[in-house]
Amino acid sequence: MMDLLVTLYFEELRVDPSDARAEDRDRFVLSKGHAAIGLYSVLALRGFLPLDELATFDKGDSRLQGHPDVTRLPGLDSSTGSLGQGLSVGVGMALGAQLGQKDFHTWVMLGDGEIQEGMIWEAVQVAARYKLSNLTAIVDRNGLQQFGLPSSAETTLTDRGDRRDPWFGVDLAAVFQAFGWRVVEINGHDYGQIRSAYKLARAGDYEGRPTVIIAHTVKGKGLSLAEGVHTWHSIVPTADDFEKARRELEPDELEILDNNPTSKNGAEA
Amino acid sequence: MKAMRDVWGDKLVELGATDPRTVVLDGDLGNSTKVDKFAKAHPERFFQMGIAEQNLVGTAAGLASVGYVPWTSSFAVFFTHRAIDPIRMLVAQSHANVKIVGSYSGLLIGAVGKTHLDVQDLAIMRAMPDMTVLSPADEAELISMMDWAQAYDGPVYLRIVRDAVPDVFDVDYTFTPGAVYRLREGTDVAMVSTGPQVSRVLAAAVQLAEQGVAATVVHVPCVKPVDEDALRDSVAGHDLVVTVEEHSIMGGLGGLVAETLTATGPSPRIERIGINDTWGESAGNDFMLTKYGLSPELVSKRVLSVLAARVPS
Repeated sequence: MMDLLVTLYFEELRVDPSDARAEDRDRFVLSKGHAAIGLYSVLALRGFLPLDELATFDKGDSRLQGHPDVTRLPGLDSSTGSLGQGLSVGVGMALGAQLGQKDFHTWVMLGDGEIQEGMIWEAVQVAARYKLSNLTAIVDRNGLQQFGLPSSAETTLTDRGDRRDPWFGVDLAAVFQAFGWRVVEINGHDYGQIRSAYKLARAGDYEGRPTVIIAHTVKGKGLSLAEGVHTWHSIVPTADDFEKARRELEPDELEILDNNPTSKNGAEA
Repeated sequence: MKAMRDVWGDKLVELGATDPRTVVLDGDLGNSTKVDKFAKAHPERFFQMGIAEQNLVGTAAGLASVGYVPWTSSFAVFFTHRAIDPIRMLVAQSHANVKIVGSYSGLLIGAVGKTHLDVQDLAIMRAMPDMTVLSPADEAELISMMDWAQAYDGPVYLRIVRDAVPDVFDVDYTFTPGAVYRLREGTDVAMVSTGPQVSRVLAAAVQLAEQGVAATVVHVPCVKPVDEDALRDSVAGHDLVVTVEEHSIMGGLGGLVAETLTATGPSPRIERIGINDTWGESAGNDFMLTKYGLSPELVSKRVLSVLAARVPS
């Protein structure tokens, strides 16, 4: 998900940290609110909050709650954390833009686990009905949920498939298509593909369909101890884990540090 | 007398005309709840969200966040039970400017029964931080509350009923959040009520007077927040307080009164009249008021029996 978020916030999203509540800004909803620390990190790098505030995450009185709290932190557009709710909020924002003839775009990041919630499919249906081509859902399709994972010795203890990938045996792209959405499937770690998908999404669809980007990802990508390991949904890293991760990630990470909101895409002009 | 649902539907049309931010989201019950009037008058700002109340509420929160004033319409129970999680997080916790209007609240909903009636909504919504909970007694109060809610930037739950209710207030009534109204003065018992049950309690007070019992009648239109001192003052001097609500006796108005009166020292005896931990059923209004003890006759009878059972001091 981080590659998707970094690309979104640094290359696509029309937001301005110095005017975080600007009326015509793009909206972003992290529906999979449990990934809050990932969003806070990107918001910090993008200049919405001081980097050292990240250390307050999940601590008492912090603006950086375990799950996003819209009443605490400018730069957030919705409270999330109760899974399956974010797409509905995005539908409301996009509907508002359509009604008021505003040209901002609404982006919603969904987890492939949380879209098991029925409320998501209520929103999917309504978005297509109102032709919300100004709405883009991004599905972080990592195939893992808190207690479900791709095929392995552990998941084949029974043949029911219930411990596997949340959408095992289901063609998710076909499902969205059948609901009247335009589907773009990408490798969620390929910046070129991510970039192209975002451009396509913003450009809208001539049939008025909302867009879903199904981004195939590997959970914990680039972090050898966590990559593809479902238990990292809720593991707290040890100091040793943290050092190891830092060594693996640091060189590239430093190069994208940039607090200047206008230097990357000029969208705020 | 106009049915309360028609009053609400007509007022909504007016709000739509005077404030272009007004939008209405319907859960496929517009011809029951009477938001069909708004759909006709302002079709571009009416959204038929279908039979999907969770998304209806979430969409309303999104619309509110981009500057609209969404009024959501369905039967009360489908908001307070089915869509409670999005109401909790996306509306209340987010302090979203969404007006949730629970139509067909209480028992008198036109014989559709346990699934569609709501006698727990006040308890549920009262326990929700950041939520304002309104329960109008009549047409004038409903209209004034809607004006207030339109101007107020925050979440509101408005509990309304299907049918007509007798006038309690003058047409120039102006709603004040938290206010408590003493509608009748008496010395023997204080009856506290809310919503359309108020007029039935006023009728019960008349019957009690015929029996030589002088009753104070208090109306609490704003179940949350409430001016607690005003509520205590409204029953001051009484050693018997009877709460009467078209709602469960648990956690609603009775709960509010009990919590408030016992918070500051010795309390009067509090008798709670309402739905006694049961589900209701499908039947006409008269049957419901009789079976569940909320008709003026049965309320006054109950008060008399409580008074009779009391040991003279």
